[in-house]
Amino acid sequence: MQHEQTLIFEVSRAGRTGYNLPTPTVPEVDLETLLPASMIRQEAAELPEVSELDVVRHYTSLSTRNHGVDSGFYPLGSCTMKYNPKVNEDMARLPGFAHIHPLQPLESVQGALEMMVDLQDQLAEITGMDEVTLQPAAGAHGEWTGLMLIKAFHHHNGDTHRTKVLVPDSAHGTNPASAVVAGFETVTVKSDERGLVDLADLKAKVGEDTAALMLTNPNTLGLFEADILEIAKVVHEAGGKLYYDGANSNAILGIARPGDMGFDVVHLNLHKTFTGPHGGGGPGSGPVGVKHDLIPYLPTPIVKKADTGFTLDYDRPQSIGRIKPFYGNFGINVRAYSYIKTMGAEGLTRVSREAVLNANYMFARLKDAFDVPYDTYCKHEFVLSGKRQKALGVRTLDIAKRLLDFGYHPPTIYFPLNVEECIMVEPTETESKETLDAFCDAMLQIVKEAEENPEIVQTAPHTTVVKRLDETLAARKPVLKYERRQPSSIN
Amino acid sequence: MNRMEFRYLPMTEQDERDMLQTIGVESIEELLEDIPASLRETASLSAIGAPLPEVDLVRHMSKLAEKNLHTKSHPSFLGAGMYDHLSPSVMNHMLLRSEFYTAYTPYQPEISQGELQAMFEFQTMICELTGMDVANSSMYDGITALAEATYLASAHTKKKRVIVSGAVHPEAKDVIETYAGGPGLNVEFTPVADGLTDVTNLDLTDASCLVVQYPNFYGRIEDLAVLAQAAHDAGALFVVSSNPLALGILESPGALGADITVGDAQPFGIPQSFGGPSCGYFAVKQALMRKLPGRLVGQTVDEDGKRGFVLTLQAREQHIRRDKATSNICSNQALNALAASITMSALGKYGIRDMAVRNMQTAHYMKESLKTAGYTIADEGPMFNEFVVDFNVDADEVSRHLLDNGIIGGLPLGTYESARRTHMLVCATELRTKEEIDRFIEVVGGMN
Repeated sequence: MQHEQTLIFEVSRAGRTGYNLPTPTVPEVDLETLLPASMIRQEAAELPEVSELDVVRHYTSLSTRNHGVDSGFYPLGSCTMKYNPKVNEDMARLPGFAHIHPLQPLESVQGALEMMVDLQDQLAEITGMDEVTLQPAAGAHGEWTGLMLIKAFHHHNGDTHRTKVLVPDSAHGTNPASAVVAGFETVTVKSDERGLVDLADLKAKVGEDTAALMLTNPNTLGLFEADILEIAKVVHEAGGKLYYDGANSNAILGIARPGDMGFDVVHLNLHKTFTGPHGGGGPGSGPVGVKHDLIPYLPTPIVKKADTGFTLDYDRPQSIGRIKPFYGNFGINVRAYSYIKTMGAEGLTRVSREAVLNANYMFARLKDAFDVPYDTYCKHEFVLSGKRQKALGVRTLDIAKRLLDFGYHPPTIYFPLNVEECIMVEPTETESKETLDAFCDAMLQIVKEAEENPEIVQTAPHTTVVKRLDETLAARKPVLKYERRQPSSIN
Repeated sequence: MNRMEFRYLPMTEQDERDMLQTIGVESIEELLEDIPASLRETASLSAIGAPLPEVDLVRHMSKLAEKNLHTKSHPSFLGAGMYDHLSPSVMNHMLLRSEFYTAYTPYQPEISQGELQAMFEFQTMICELTGMDVANSSMYDGITALAEATYLASAHTKKKRVIVSGAVHPEAKDVIETYAGGPGLNVEFTPVADGLTDVTNLDLTDASCLVVQYPNFYGRIEDLAVLAQAAHDAGALFVVSSNPLALGILESPGALGADITVGDAQPFGIPQSFGGPSCGYFAVKQALMRKLPGRLVGQTVDEDGKRGFVLTLQAREQHIRRDKATSNICSNQALNALAASITMSALGKYGIRDMAVRNMQTAHYMKESLKTAGYTIADEGPMFNEFVVDFNVDADEVSRHLLDNGIIGGLPLGTYESARRTHMLVCATELRTKEEIDRFIEVVGGMN
């Protein structure tokens, strides 16, 4: 059994330190002469007291207890865990990008603004939209921004009764959540036996109160909405707008554009399709692209090229206003821009073609061993059902945990919600055939284990630093911080 | 470009043939046939251009970067929510441990203990600094966190009136107003007197919350105890947006009555990066724990009784509750929370106080020097590392003149308030030297 990992607070020893301040050049003045006593903190914040090597050992040790794309295959469906190029990290750290203040005079940040305009244009081209804002910080922020634009559009046209947003049952949880936060009610649209939007159900639910339909295409089952042109027509004829959840656009680069499909608003997750690293949960970047009639409502400021150079436009009377301080997650945008420049048009198109081929190849290798809700060619990802294994007493969760023993991050499980015991696999284009084969071999072995020796799967994982964790205990008796010893005075 | 020159794409021609054969199709096109042909015809990416080899890419990116003046080559006196602070070398080295930055959200705890524990430690450090009971594992930034706080307060109190101090960051005012358009909240701003929230005519009737910034936009330190009392007397929640570095010396919002404390951990070594990504934090008193937006990490045990960490109280979140979630937030700023944690660990209990004191001393030196040189300090009073100086001439011109002399000046306030056209918000952190400050004053003195 491995040792329990210490917390940084447990490494702490009074009197140890891991910092230096610069040599003082201004006079030292007593704190008490600068601040009235009532404003001065009475009780110290108990941050750890550790040496620099303690810091290094601690965080190095933590990193070894974490699985990233650099550690191994990470076929987490709908998350696009592709390789995060190293040069992008270097580019984001160039002093001229990393150490510029957002409120510097514009003439001193022309290169940053030029990059943003160039990236906006590239994303508009990729999505087939007319204008792009880089402000949203992440996908859900982009969804909310897009819905606020749609709301502003309808209100401007006197359509204040459009209070409903249609969301398919296979949609990400952020879709309905964003709709509610934007002040809408959500209506669920069913999927049909093909796994696609049920046109009859859509037609029954769309109407004069429809503000928008939010759609992921290819959807979360990895299937392209073949009726998309008809869907767009239905929604538009009812006066609604079509929202494209492009969190995962890894199947469409150079193959099909949301703008051409009829979408009015698109958001992209630059931390998925465009290789911004996920960072253990963020930061991301969720740019939003719109068609012409929604441009007036875009959040301020708009970055654009003027005769005098690159500039920020705040004079937008119909804008929904500011949605984020400054100009979005610029550092993530630098990484995505660096990626797009590296791949070029040809490379991006190959990305999607090879992502689709990889997914179909894995699906072909695995589909006989599992239940398959939709046996058709997929796009960049596909779903299996663990129903057959469940009948043997082995749940999808067990299969996922058993994969940990083989050194893999498991696929997404129990999502989308409309597939029982769902296993959602997204290989991405950056993985080699050998990697895909080895993973498929492991999956097939686990299927065999489920039939012959289910206990080994049911009790997995066996090789990780901790075994299955008690999530019920965590929720029932929440311990959300380290409970320190006695408080102490700082003065 | 030759096929093998795409170094991120490992598929060989042989692989492609083998895989197509296994699938039972002739070409990739067959896999795309469910996409209407009309769409496939118009999807060209002609405007994107040709791929760039790594050396060419670095040349292109460097050329763009070099068009910007940065704070490592030009002394900067800009603050206003984004600060030029020291960033210990150890922070970047640890941040580049790629098991951290190439990982997704830790949904599989057995192979994500590193990230989960780091977030648990971040939550603890934020609670220590703010004096709050529970902190989440980060938000996009301090200002959207503040806007989310108005949502929480309104949902909790079931009231729609949001009262915001006129002395919060102007961009925070804008974001709060935009956010209010979602659930239909009504936002009102308080008057400001002497650079502080004016408490004399505060009407908090039916308010869900009172929102203040600490230190505020003008650098002044609000009397939180008095404001908290006013909020609580009216049945409103008291929401404080706070620079966490200042909390190394300032009394914590938790100790002074805050119900929600938010802010941005960017001062802990996170590069300014033209405004983002930074690192929002969100902390509350115990009673509001189940209403927090965003991800929370909790301690538990594994089957052998060994300590471990998991994402918890997820019934608040969008991926479980969908349209009933407390917020739509999904991605956060986990990697920057890690960066802030590493810096906070290196600074430690005494370092954070020393660094805060040094900021105050440096800004104090600058303020006194400006006074000696004959300039007026607007709304003078106790401050942290920022204050407002009145130059009596258009502050935009002062800023331009400073830039012509290789100095990135403070923030001219005329853009936000015409009455403050001659005012500049100046920030002097521990990185500014006496020589740089003296030079600033000399350059401004040489105008005309």
